[in-house]
Amino acid sequence: MAELLQVEGAGVRLGGRQILRDVSFGISPGEFTGLIGPNGAGKTTLLRVILGLQPVTSGSVLIDGSPRSARDASIGYVPQKLVIEPDMPLRVRDVVSLGVDGHKFGIRLPSRARRELVSDMLTAVGAQRYANARVGELSGGEQQRVMIAHALISRPRLLLLDEPLANLDISSEQGIVSLLARLARAERIAVLLSAHDMNPLLSVMDRIVYVAGGRVAVGSTDEVVQPQVLSRLYGQPVDVIRVRGRILVVAEGDTDLAAKAADIGVAG
Amino acid sequence: MIVSHLLRYVFEPGFFGSGEVQVAFAVGTVIAVTSAVVGVFTVTRGQSFAGHSLGDISTTGGSGAFLLGVSQFWGYLVLGAAAAAFMELIGVQRRRGRDVATGVVLGAGTGLAALFLYLDTQSSSTTGVSFTILFGSLFAVTGSTAPALIASALLALGTVLVLARVLMLTSLSPDIAAARGVPVRAVGVAYLMALAVSVALSSMIIGAILSTALLIGPAATALRVARGPVRTMAVAAGIGVAAIWIGILLAYDSYYWPPAGRGWPVSFFVVTLTVGGYLISYLRPGPRDDRSRAAEPESPAEEEQVCSPA
Repeated sequence: MAELLQVEGAGVRLGGRQILRDVSFGISPGEFTGLIGPNGAGKTTLLRVILGLQPVTSGSVLIDGSPRSARDASIGYVPQKLVIEPDMPLRVRDVVSLGVDGHKFGIRLPSRARRELVSDMLTAVGAQRYANARVGELSGGEQQRVMIAHALISRPRLLLLDEPLANLDISSEQGIVSLLARLARAERIAVLLSAHDMNPLLSVMDRIVYVAGGRVAVGSTDEVVQPQVLSRLYGQPVDVIRVRGRILVVAEGDTDLAAKAADIGVAG
Repeated sequence: MIVSHLLRYVFEPGFFGSGEVQVAFAVGTVIAVTSAVVGVFTVTRGQSFAGHSLGDISTTGGSGAFLLGVSQFWGYLVLGAAAAAFMELIGVQRRRGRDVATGVVLGAGTGLAALFLYLDTQSSSTTGVSFTILFGSLFAVTGSTAPALIASALLALGTVLVLARVLMLTSLSPDIAAARGVPVRAVGVAYLMALAVSVALSSMIIGAILSTALLIGPAATALRVARGPVRTMAVAAGIGVAAIWIGILLAYDSYYWPPAGRGWPVSFFVVTLTVGGYLISYLRPGPRDDRSRAAEPESPAEEEQVCSPA
Protein backbone atom coordinates (compact mmCIF):
# COMPACT_ATOMS: atom_id res chain seq x y z
CA MET A 1 0.00 0.00 0.00
CA ALA A 2 1.31 3.46 -0.91
CA GLU A 3 2.17 5.45 2.17
CA LEU A 4 0.24 8.65 2.78
CA LEU A 5 2.75 10.16 5.17
CA GLN A 6 6.48 9.50 5.10
CA VAL A 7 8.79 10.91 7.76
CA GLU A 8 12.40 10.24 6.75
CA GLY A 9 15.33 10.86 9.09
CA ALA A 10 13.65 13.95 10.54
CA GLY A 11 15.61 15.91 13.14
CA VAL A 12 14.62 19.08 15.00
CA ARG A 13 16.93 21.38 16.93
CA LEU A 14 15.28 24.08 19.03
CA GLY A 15 17.24 26.66 21.01
CA GLY A 16 20.43 24.58 20.96
CA ARG A 17 18.62 21.40 22.13
CA GLN A 18 18.14 18.40 19.87
CA ILE A 19 14.40 17.69 20.35
CA LEU A 20 14.09 14.93 17.73
CA ARG A 21 16.80 12.94 15.95
CA ASP A 22 16.60 10.62 12.98
CA VAL A 23 12.85 10.00 13.17
CA SER A 24 11.55 7.73 10.38
CA PHE A 25 8.14 6.15 9.94
CA GLY A 26 5.28 6.02 7.46
CA ILE A 27 1.50 5.94 7.70
CA SER A 28 -0.92 4.34 5.23
CA PRO A 29 -4.58 5.24 4.61
CA GLY A 30 -6.98 3.79 7.17
CA GLU A 31 -4.24 3.05 9.71
CA PHE A 32 -4.61 3.93 13.40
CA THR A 33 -1.20 4.92 14.78
CA GLY A 34 -0.49 5.80 18.39
CA LEU A 35 2.26 8.33 19.05
CA ILE A 36 3.20 7.26 22.55
CA GLY A 37 5.79 8.60 24.96
CA PRO A 38 6.30 10.37 28.27
CA ASN A 39 5.52 14.08 28.64
CA GLY A 40 8.22 16.24 27.09
CA ALA A 41 9.48 13.45 24.80
CA GLY A 42 8.85 15.46 21.62
CA LYS A 43 5.37 14.22 20.59
CA THR A 44 3.93 17.69 20.07
CA THR A 45 7.05 18.81 18.17
CA LEU A 46 6.72 15.82 15.86
CA LEU A 47 3.05 16.61 15.17
CA ARG A 48 3.95 20.26 14.53
CA VAL A 49 6.61 19.14 12.06
CA ILE A 50 4.05 17.06 10.15
CA LEU A 51 1.66 20.04 10.16
CA GLY A 52 4.34 22.33 8.77
CA LEU A 53 4.28 24.57 11.88
CA GLN A 54 7.83 23.55 12.80
CA PRO A 55 10.59 23.21 10.18
CA VAL A 56 12.92 20.20 10.33
CA THR A 57 16.64 20.83 10.69
CA SER A 58 17.40 17.55 8.90
CA GLY A 59 15.50 14.89 6.98
CA SER A 60 12.13 15.34 5.31
CA VAL A 61 8.37 14.99 5.74
CA LEU A 62 6.45 13.90 2.65
CA ILE A 63 2.70 13.77 2.05
CA ASP A 64 1.83 11.59 -0.94
CA GLY A 65 5.51 11.59 -1.86
CA SER A 66 5.91 15.39 -2.04
CA PRO A 67 6.76 18.07 0.56
CA ARG A 68 3.82 19.45 2.46
CA SER A 69 2.47 22.74 1.13
CA ALA A 70 0.71 25.41 3.16
CA ARG A 71 -3.11 25.32 3.04
CA ASP A 72 -2.87 21.57 2.66
CA ALA A 73 -6.41 20.35 3.22
CA SER A 74 -5.28 16.72 3.39
CA ILE A 75 -4.37 17.05 7.09
CA GLY A 76 -6.92 17.62 9.85
CA TYR A 77 -5.61 18.73 13.23
CA VAL A 78 -6.96 18.69 16.78
CA PRO A 79 -4.53 20.61 19.03
CA GLN A 80 -3.86 19.81 22.67
CA LYS A 81 -5.19 21.62 25.74
CA LEU A 82 -7.69 23.70 23.85
CA VAL A 83 -9.29 26.10 26.33
CA ILE A 84 -12.52 27.52 24.96
CA GLU A 85 -13.95 30.33 27.07
CA PRO A 86 -17.69 30.12 27.83
CA ASP A 87 -18.27 33.52 26.20
CA MET A 88 -16.69 32.52 22.87
CA PRO A 89 -19.55 33.53 20.53
CA LEU A 90 -19.36 30.30 18.50
CA ARG A 91 -22.04 27.64 18.60
CA VAL A 92 -21.01 24.06 17.94
CA ARG A 93 -22.28 24.32 14.34
CA ASP A 94 -20.23 27.53 13.83
CA VAL A 95 -17.04 25.79 14.94
CA VAL A 96 -17.62 22.90 12.52
CA SER A 97 -18.49 25.35 9.76
CA LEU A 98 -15.14 27.12 10.32
CA GLY A 99 -13.53 23.79 9.43
CA VAL A 100 -14.77 24.30 5.86
CA ASP A 101 -13.58 27.84 5.22
CA GLY A 102 -12.34 29.45 8.46
CA HIS A 103 -9.03 30.17 6.75
CA LYS A 104 -10.67 32.26 4.00
CA PHE A 105 -11.14 36.02 3.89
CA GLY A 106 -14.40 37.70 2.95
CA ILE A 107 -18.03 37.60 3.94
CA ARG A 108 -19.94 34.33 3.62
CA LEU A 109 -23.64 34.14 2.95
CA PRO A 110 -25.63 31.41 4.68
CA SER A 111 -26.24 28.34 2.52
CA ARG A 112 -28.53 25.37 2.90
CA ALA A 113 -25.95 22.94 1.50
CA ARG A 114 -23.41 24.00 4.14
CA ARG A 115 -25.98 23.66 6.93
CA GLU A 116 -26.67 20.11 5.85
CA LEU A 117 -22.97 19.30 5.50
CA VAL A 118 -22.37 20.55 9.05
CA SER A 119 -25.37 18.63 10.42
CA ASP A 120 -24.19 15.41 8.75
CA MET A 121 -20.71 15.85 10.20
CA LEU A 122 -22.11 16.46 13.69
CA THR A 123 -24.21 13.33 13.38
CA ALA A 124 -21.15 11.35 12.27
CA VAL A 125 -19.26 12.26 15.47
CA GLY A 126 -22.33 11.97 17.72
CA ALA A 127 -22.50 15.69 18.55
CA GLN A 128 -25.80 16.60 16.87
CA ARG A 129 -27.61 16.91 20.22
CA TYR A 130 -25.66 20.03 21.15
CA ALA A 131 -25.34 21.57 17.67
CA ASN A 132 -26.80 24.88 18.85
CA ALA A 133 -25.03 25.05 22.21
CA ARG A 134 -22.11 27.38 22.71
CA VAL A 135 -18.92 25.40 22.35
CA GLY A 136 -17.46 26.92 25.54
CA GLU A 137 -20.34 25.51 27.59
CA LEU A 138 -19.58 21.89 26.69
CA SER A 139 -17.63 19.32 28.70
CA GLY A 140 -14.10 18.33 27.64
CA GLY A 141 -15.26 15.17 25.86
CA GLU A 142 -18.01 17.00 24.00
CA GLN A 143 -15.53 19.68 22.89
CA GLN A 144 -13.18 16.97 21.59
CA ARG A 145 -16.00 15.55 19.44
CA VAL A 146 -16.73 19.03 18.07
CA MET A 147 -13.05 19.65 17.28
CA ILE A 148 -12.85 16.25 15.56
CA ALA A 149 -15.85 17.24 13.43
CA HIS A 150 -14.15 20.59 12.72
CA ALA A 151 -11.00 18.76 11.58
CA LEU A 152 -12.86 16.17 9.50
CA ILE A 153 -15.30 18.36 7.57
CA SER A 154 -12.65 19.39 5.04
CA ARG A 155 -12.29 15.65 4.22
CA PRO A 156 -8.65 15.19 5.25
CA ARG A 157 -6.97 11.85 4.64
CA LEU A 158 -4.72 12.23 7.66
CA LEU A 159 -6.06 13.24 11.09
CA LEU A 160 -3.57 14.39 13.75
CA LEU A 161 -4.70 14.59 17.36
CA ASP A 162 -2.46 15.93 20.14
CA GLU A 163 -3.27 14.32 23.52
CA PRO A 164 -7.03 14.25 22.85
CA LEU A 165 -7.59 11.95 25.83
CA ALA A 166 -5.84 14.13 28.41
CA ASN A 167 -8.20 15.38 31.14
CA LEU A 168 -11.14 13.29 29.93
CA ASP A 169 -13.22 11.13 32.22
CA ILE A 170 -13.12 7.45 31.36
CA SER A 171 -16.49 7.28 29.55
CA SER A 172 -15.60 10.25 27.29
CA GLU A 173 -12.19 8.66 26.69
CA GLN A 174 -13.72 5.37 25.52
CA GLY A 175 -16.24 7.26 23.38
CA ILE A 176 -13.54 9.27 21.57
CA VAL A 177 -11.30 6.22 21.01
CA SER A 178 -14.10 4.13 19.50
CA LEU A 179 -15.23 7.06 17.33
CA LEU A 180 -11.70 7.50 15.94
CA ALA A 181 -11.26 3.76 15.33
CA ARG A 182 -14.57 3.68 13.45
CA LEU A 183 -13.58 6.70 11.31
CA ALA A 184 -10.23 5.15 10.45
CA ARG A 185 -11.88 1.88 9.32
CA ALA A 186 -14.99 3.23 7.60
CA GLU A 187 -13.64 6.41 5.99
CA ARG A 188 -10.06 5.13 5.33
CA ILE A 189 -8.69 8.10 7.29
CA ALA A 190 -5.19 7.68 8.67
CA VAL A 191 -5.27 8.60 12.38
CA LEU A 192 -2.13 9.66 14.25
CA LEU A 193 -2.92 10.28 17.91
CA SER A 194 -0.47 11.28 20.63
CA ALA A 195 -0.89 10.06 24.20
CA HIS A 196 1.29 9.64 27.28
CA ASP A 197 -0.74 6.56 28.28
CA MET A 198 -1.07 3.83 25.66
CA ASN A 199 -3.59 1.72 27.59
CA PRO A 200 -6.85 3.26 26.32
CA LEU A 201 -5.56 2.69 22.76
CA LEU A 202 -4.31 -0.93 23.00
CA SER A 203 -7.39 -2.44 21.35
CA VAL A 204 -7.47 -0.03 18.38
CA MET A 205 -3.83 0.75 17.49
CA ASP A 206 -2.53 -0.82 14.28
CA ARG A 207 0.88 0.54 15.04
CA ILE A 208 2.81 2.38 17.68
CA VAL A 209 5.40 5.13 17.26
CA TYR A 210 7.09 5.25 20.65
CA VAL A 211 8.99 8.48 21.37
CA ALA A 212 11.56 8.82 24.15
CA GLY A 213 14.74 10.84 24.40
CA GLY A 214 14.07 12.38 20.98
CA ARG A 215 14.21 9.00 19.17
CA VAL A 216 11.42 6.72 18.01
CA ALA A 217 10.77 2.98 17.82
CA VAL A 218 8.10 1.89 15.32
CA GLY A 219 6.12 -1.33 14.95
CA SER A 220 3.24 -3.27 16.45
CA THR A 221 2.64 -2.86 20.18
CA ASP A 222 4.14 -6.30 20.85
CA GLU A 223 7.27 -5.46 18.84
CA VAL A 224 7.90 -2.04 20.35
CA VAL A 225 6.79 -2.31 23.95
CA GLN A 226 9.62 -4.65 24.97
CA PRO A 227 12.24 -4.07 27.69
CA GLN A 228 15.18 -4.22 25.22
CA VAL A 229 13.61 -1.83 22.70
CA LEU A 230 12.46 0.73 25.25
CA SER A 231 15.69 0.50 27.30
CA ARG A 232 17.64 1.42 24.17
CA LEU A 233 15.23 4.30 23.49
CA TYR A 234 15.28 5.68 27.03
CA GLY A 235 19.04 5.06 27.35
CA GLN A 236 18.51 3.32 30.69
CA PRO A 237 17.10 -0.02 31.89
CA VAL A 238 13.32 -0.12 31.56
CA ASP A 239 10.86 -2.83 32.62
CA VAL A 240 7.58 -3.59 30.89
CA ILE A 241 4.87 -5.06 33.11
CA ARG A 242 1.74 -6.54 31.56
CA VAL A 243 -1.15 -7.00 33.93
CA ARG A 244 -4.89 -7.52 33.31
CA GLY A 245 -4.44 -6.67 29.63
CA ARG A 246 -2.75 -3.41 30.50
CA ILE A 247 0.85 -2.28 30.08
CA LEU A 248 3.03 -0.46 32.58
CA VAL A 249 6.45 0.93 31.60
CA VAL A 250 8.75 1.36 34.59
CA ALA A 251 12.22 2.91 34.54
CA GLU A 252 14.91 1.95 37.04
CA GLY A 253 14.70 4.05 40.18
CA ASP A 254 11.23 5.18 39.15
CA THR A 255 9.91 6.94 42.24
CA ASP A 256 6.67 7.41 40.39
CA LEU A 257 5.86 3.69 40.45
CA ALA A 258 3.01 3.86 42.96
CA ALA A 259 1.37 6.67 41.03
CA LYS A 260 1.75 4.80 37.74
CA ALA A 261 0.33 1.63 39.23
CA ALA A 262 -2.62 3.52 40.65
CA ASP A 263 -3.05 5.10 37.25
CA ILE A 264 -3.74 1.78 35.55
CA GLY A 265 -5.56 0.30 38.52
CA VAL A 266 -2.94 -2.24 39.68
CA ALA A 267 -2.17 -1.01 43.16
CA GLY A 268 -5.82 0.07 43.45
CA MET B 1 -53.61 64.78 22.27
CA ILE B 2 -51.82 63.21 25.22
CA VAL B 3 -49.47 61.31 22.92
CA SER B 4 -48.45 64.38 20.97
CA HIS B 5 -48.02 66.25 24.22
CA LEU B 6 -45.79 63.51 25.54
CA LEU B 7 -43.80 63.36 22.31
CA ARG B 8 -43.25 67.10 22.46
CA TYR B 9 -42.07 66.69 26.04
CA VAL B 10 -39.56 63.96 25.05
CA PHE B 11 -38.39 65.50 21.79
CA GLU B 12 -37.81 69.14 22.70
CA PRO B 13 -38.82 71.71 20.03
CA GLY B 14 -36.20 72.00 17.31
CA PHE B 15 -34.64 68.59 18.07
CA PHE B 16 -34.98 67.12 14.57
CA GLY B 17 -34.43 70.46 12.84
CA SER B 18 -31.06 71.08 14.44
CA GLY B 19 -28.08 70.58 12.08
CA GLU B 20 -25.89 69.56 14.99
CA VAL B 21 -28.34 66.86 16.01
CA GLN B 22 -28.59 65.50 12.46
CA VAL B 23 -24.81 65.25 12.14
CA ALA B 24 -24.60 63.72 15.61
CA PHE B 25 -27.15 61.05 14.66
CA ALA B 26 -25.41 60.16 11.40
CA VAL B 27 -21.88 60.06 12.80
CA GLY B 28 -22.94 58.51 16.09
CA THR B 29 -24.84 55.67 14.41
CA VAL B 30 -21.99 54.64 12.10
CA ILE B 31 -19.41 54.83 14.89
CA ALA B 32 -21.61 52.91 17.33
CA VAL B 33 -22.04 50.05 14.83
CA THR B 34 -18.31 49.95 14.06
CA SER B 35 -17.25 50.05 17.73
CA ALA B 36 -19.73 47.36 18.72
CA VAL B 37 -18.73 44.94 15.92
CA VAL B 38 -14.99 45.52 16.44
CA GLY B 39 -15.62 45.11 20.18
CA VAL B 40 -17.04 41.59 19.73
CA PHE B 41 -13.64 40.51 18.41
CA THR B 42 -11.77 42.55 21.03
CA VAL B 43 -13.54 40.67 23.82
CA THR B 44 -13.31 37.30 22.06
CA ARG B 45 -9.59 37.74 21.45
CA GLY B 46 -9.05 38.77 25.08
CA GLN B 47 -7.73 42.20 24.08
CA SER B 48 -10.07 44.38 26.13
CA PHE B 49 -7.13 45.84 28.04
CA ALA B 50 -5.37 46.71 24.76
CA GLY B 51 -8.59 48.36 23.52
CA HIS B 52 -8.91 50.42 26.68
CA SER B 53 -5.24 51.41 26.59
CA LEU B 54 -5.53 52.57 22.98
CA GLY B 55 -8.29 54.91 24.18
CA ASP B 56 -6.14 56.31 26.98
CA ILE B 57 -3.20 56.72 24.61
CA SER B 58 -5.45 58.55 22.15
CA THR B 59 -5.57 61.31 24.75
CA THR B 60 -1.93 61.97 23.93
CA GLY B 61 -2.73 62.22 20.22
CA GLY B 62 -5.77 64.43 20.74
CA SER B 63 -3.98 66.86 23.05
CA GLY B 64 -0.90 66.87 20.79
CA ALA B 65 -3.05 67.59 17.73
CA PHE B 66 -4.58 70.58 19.51
CA LEU B 67 -1.07 71.99 20.16
CA LEU B 68 -0.29 71.61 16.46
CA GLY B 69 -3.61 73.12 15.45
CA VAL B 70 -4.96 70.10 13.55
CA SER B 71 -8.17 68.12 14.13
CA GLN B 72 -8.05 65.88 17.20
CA PHE B 73 -9.22 62.95 15.09
CA TRP B 74 -5.91 62.74 13.25
CA GLY B 75 -4.10 62.92 16.55
CA TYR B 76 -6.18 60.09 17.98
CA LEU B 77 -5.73 58.06 14.82
CA VAL B 78 -1.97 58.48 14.35
CA LEU B 79 -1.12 57.85 17.98
CA GLY B 80 -3.55 54.95 18.30
CA ALA B 81 -2.14 53.25 15.20
CA ALA B 82 1.46 53.83 16.34
CA ALA B 83 0.70 52.44 19.80
CA ALA B 84 -1.06 49.41 18.30
CA ALA B 85 1.93 48.73 16.03
CA PHE B 86 4.33 49.05 18.96
CA MET B 87 2.24 46.70 21.15
CA GLU B 88 2.24 44.13 18.35
CA LEU B 89 6.00 44.53 17.92
CA ILE B 90 6.80 43.87 21.58
CA GLY B 91 4.51 40.94 22.06
CA VAL B 92 0.77 41.53 22.09
CA GLN B 93 0.35 38.32 20.08
CA ARG B 94 1.49 36.16 22.98
CA ARG B 95 -1.08 35.77 25.70
CA ARG B 96 1.38 36.34 28.52
CA GLY B 97 3.33 39.14 26.84
CA ARG B 98 0.15 40.94 25.89
CA ASP B 99 -0.70 42.69 29.15
CA VAL B 100 2.92 43.61 29.82
CA ALA B 101 3.37 45.11 26.34
CA THR B 102 0.09 47.00 26.65
CA GLY B 103 0.95 48.29 30.10
CA VAL B 104 4.36 49.58 29.00
CA VAL B 105 2.88 51.45 26.02
CA LEU B 106 0.04 52.78 28.15
CA GLY B 107 2.42 54.23 30.74
CA ALA B 108 4.55 55.97 28.13
CA GLY B 109 1.53 57.44 26.33
CA THR B 110 -0.29 58.73 29.39
CA GLY B 111 2.84 60.50 30.61
CA LEU B 112 2.99 62.49 27.38
CA ALA B 113 -0.74 63.21 27.59
CA ALA B 114 -0.23 64.86 30.98
CA LEU B 115 2.33 67.21 29.44
CA PHE B 116 0.27 67.98 26.32
CA LEU B 117 -2.93 68.65 28.27
CA TYR B 118 -0.99 70.98 30.57
CA LEU B 119 0.42 72.87 27.56
CA ASP B 120 -3.06 72.96 25.94
CA THR B 121 -4.63 74.61 28.99
CA GLN B 122 -1.71 77.08 29.21
CA SER B 123 -2.10 78.11 25.56
CA SER B 124 -5.88 78.40 25.52
CA SER B 125 -6.41 79.42 29.15
CA THR B 126 -9.51 77.26 29.35
CA THR B 127 -10.27 73.79 30.62
CA GLY B 128 -12.69 73.20 27.72
CA VAL B 129 -9.97 71.57 25.58
CA SER B 130 -9.05 68.99 28.20
CA PHE B 131 -12.70 68.23 28.74
CA THR B 132 -13.36 67.70 25.03
CA ILE B 133 -10.33 65.44 24.62
CA LEU B 134 -10.95 63.34 27.72
CA PHE B 135 -14.75 63.15 27.56
CA GLY B 136 -15.57 63.86 23.91
CA SER B 137 -18.22 65.95 22.32
CA LEU B 138 -20.59 64.46 19.80
CA PHE B 139 -22.32 67.81 19.23
CA ALA B 140 -18.96 69.42 18.35
CA VAL B 141 -18.58 67.20 15.25
CA THR B 142 -19.04 69.58 12.32
CA GLY B 143 -20.57 68.86 8.95
CA SER B 144 -17.13 69.18 7.35
CA THR B 145 -15.37 66.54 9.49
CA ALA B 146 -18.32 64.15 9.42
CA PRO B 147 -17.53 62.54 6.01
CA ALA B 148 -13.96 61.66 7.09
CA LEU B 149 -15.26 60.10 10.30
CA ILE B 150 -17.93 58.08 8.52
CA ALA B 151 -15.47 56.90 5.85
CA SER B 152 -12.94 55.82 8.50
CA ALA B 153 -15.64 53.96 10.41
CA LEU B 154 -16.79 52.09 7.31
CA LEU B 155 -13.17 51.19 6.49
CA ALA B 156 -12.59 49.72 9.97
CA LEU B 157 -15.94 47.92 9.90
CA GLY B 158 -15.26 46.51 6.43
CA THR B 159 -11.80 45.30 7.46
CA VAL B 160 -13.14 43.43 10.47
CA LEU B 161 -16.01 41.87 8.49
CA VAL B 162 -13.62 40.64 5.79
CA LEU B 163 -11.37 39.16 8.50
CA ALA B 164 -14.29 37.84 10.60
CA ARG B 165 -13.96 34.11 9.88
CA VAL B 166 -10.18 34.12 10.09
CA LEU B 167 -10.32 36.04 13.39
CA MET B 168 -12.79 33.53 14.82
CA LEU B 169 -10.65 30.56 13.71
CA THR B 170 -7.56 32.21 15.21
CA SER B 171 -9.41 32.84 18.49
CA LEU B 172 -10.41 29.18 18.55
CA SER B 173 -6.82 28.02 17.97
CA PRO B 174 -3.92 29.97 16.45
CA ASP B 175 -2.22 26.63 15.66
CA ILE B 176 -5.13 25.33 13.57
CA ALA B 177 -5.26 28.67 11.73
CA ALA B 178 -1.51 28.62 11.04
CA ALA B 179 -1.64 24.98 9.90
CA ARG B 180 -4.33 25.95 7.39
CA GLY B 181 -2.17 28.70 5.92
CA VAL B 182 -3.61 31.74 7.72
CA PRO B 183 -0.97 34.50 8.12
CA VAL B 184 -1.88 34.73 11.81
CA ARG B 185 0.44 37.61 12.68
CA ALA B 186 -0.50 39.79 9.67
CA VAL B 187 -4.18 39.24 10.45
CA GLY B 188 -3.51 40.27 14.06
CA VAL B 189 -1.85 43.51 12.89
CA ALA B 190 -4.70 44.32 10.48
CA TYR B 191 -7.19 43.73 13.28
CA LEU B 192 -5.26 45.96 15.74
CA MET B 193 -5.24 48.75 13.13
CA ALA B 194 -9.03 48.47 12.71
CA LEU B 195 -9.26 48.58 16.52
CA ALA B 196 -7.10 51.73 16.63
CA VAL B 197 -9.35 53.46 14.05
CA SER B 198 -12.47 52.42 15.92
CA VAL B 199 -11.08 53.71 19.23
CA ALA B 200 -10.04 57.02 17.61
CA LEU B 201 -13.60 57.44 16.32
CA SER B 202 -15.30 56.74 19.61
CA SER B 203 -12.77 59.05 21.31
CA MET B 204 -14.12 61.81 19.07
CA ILE B 205 -17.70 61.32 20.12
CA ILE B 206 -17.61 60.13 23.72
CA GLY B 207 -14.02 60.95 24.70
CA ALA B 208 -10.67 59.23 24.77
CA ILE B 209 -10.92 57.74 28.21
CA LEU B 210 -14.56 56.69 27.78
CA SER B 211 -14.15 55.11 24.34
CA THR B 212 -13.85 51.67 25.97
CA ALA B 213 -17.49 51.89 27.01
CA LEU B 214 -18.70 51.91 23.41
CA LEU B 215 -16.15 49.25 22.37
CA ILE B 216 -16.54 46.71 25.17
CA GLY B 217 -19.97 47.45 26.70
CA PRO B 218 -22.31 46.48 23.81
CA ALA B 219 -20.05 43.55 22.84
CA ALA B 220 -19.89 42.18 26.38
CA THR B 221 -23.68 42.40 26.72
CA ALA B 222 -24.25 40.77 23.32
CA LEU B 223 -21.84 37.94 24.18
CA ARG B 224 -23.99 37.18 27.21
CA VAL B 225 -27.37 37.17 25.50
CA ALA B 226 -26.82 36.08 21.86
CA ARG B 227 -25.58 32.84 20.25
CA GLY B 228 -23.61 32.61 17.03
CA PRO B 229 -21.18 35.16 15.60
CA VAL B 230 -23.59 36.98 13.24
CA ARG B 231 -26.33 37.36 15.83
CA THR B 232 -23.80 38.48 18.46
CA MET B 233 -22.48 41.22 16.17
CA ALA B 234 -26.01 42.31 15.26
CA VAL B 235 -27.13 42.52 18.90
CA ALA B 236 -23.95 44.42 19.88
CA ALA B 237 -24.52 46.92 17.05
CA GLY B 238 -28.16 47.34 18.11
CA ILE B 239 -27.18 48.05 21.72
CA GLY B 240 -24.49 50.54 20.65
CA VAL B 241 -26.86 52.42 18.34
CA ALA B 242 -29.62 52.49 20.97
CA ALA B 243 -27.20 53.91 23.56
CA ILE B 244 -26.06 56.63 21.15
CA TRP B 245 -29.58 57.57 20.03
CA ILE B 246 -31.04 57.72 23.53
CA GLY B 247 -27.86 59.47 24.70
CA ILE B 248 -28.25 62.21 22.07
CA LEU B 249 -31.91 62.65 22.95
CA LEU B 250 -31.29 62.91 26.70
CA ALA B 251 -28.31 65.23 26.21
CA TYR B 252 -30.45 67.52 24.08
CA ASP B 253 -33.27 67.47 26.64
CA SER B 254 -30.85 68.06 29.50
CA TYR B 255 -30.39 71.64 28.27
CA TYR B 256 -33.49 72.39 30.36
CA TRP B 257 -32.32 70.37 33.36
CA PRO B 258 -30.47 71.99 36.27
CA PRO B 259 -28.20 73.87 35.96
CA ALA B 260 -30.48 75.20 33.21
CA GLY B 261 -28.96 76.42 29.98
CA ARG B 262 -25.97 74.06 29.83
CA GLY B 263 -26.70 70.57 28.52
CA TRP B 264 -25.23 67.52 30.25
CA PRO B 265 -22.46 65.72 28.31
CA VAL B 266 -23.63 63.09 25.79
CA SER B 267 -20.82 60.81 26.97
CA PHE B 268 -22.38 60.50 30.41
CA PHE B 269 -25.66 59.22 28.98
CA VAL B 270 -24.03 56.88 26.43
CA VAL B 271 -21.75 55.28 29.01
CA THR B 272 -24.49 54.99 31.62
CA LEU B 273 -26.85 53.37 29.10
CA THR B 274 -24.14 50.93 27.91
CA VAL B 275 -23.20 49.87 31.41
CA GLY B 276 -26.89 49.68 32.34
CA GLY B 277 -27.47 47.29 29.42
CA TYR B 278 -24.64 45.07 30.63
CA LEU B 279 -26.02 44.96 34.16
CA ILE B 280 -29.53 44.14 32.87
CA SER B 281 -28.05 41.20 30.91
CA TYR B 282 -27.21 39.62 34.28
CA LEU B 283 -30.93 39.38 35.06
CA ARG B 284 -31.12 36.38 32.75
CA PRO B 285 -28.72 33.46 33.26
CA GLY B 286 -25.76 33.83 30.92
CA PRO B 287 -23.39 31.20 29.51
CA ARG B 288 -21.21 31.29 32.61
CA ASP B 289 -24.06 30.16 34.83
CA ASP B 290 -25.22 27.38 32.53
CA ARG B 291 -22.86 24.62 33.58
CA SER B 292 -25.37 21.84 34.14
CA ARG B 293 -24.61 20.12 30.84
CA ALA B 294 -20.97 19.53 31.70
CA ALA B 295 -21.89 17.17 34.53
CA GLU B 296 -24.01 14.87 32.33
CA PRO B 297 -22.51 11.67 30.98
CA GLU B 298 -22.03 11.74 27.21
CA SER B 299 -24.57 9.05 26.36
CA PRO B 300 -25.96 5.86 27.88
CA ALA B 301 -24.08 3.71 25.35
CA GLU B 302 -20.73 5.00 26.54
CA GLU B 303 -21.64 4.46 30.15
CA GLU B 304 -22.08 0.77 29.41
CA GLN B 305 -18.61 0.60 27.92
CA VAL B 306 -17.14 1.71 31.21
CA CYS B 307 -18.75 -1.21 33.01
CA SER B 308 -17.46 -3.85 30.60
CA PRO B 309 -13.82 -4.90 31.11
CA ALA B 310 -11.33 -3.33 28.70
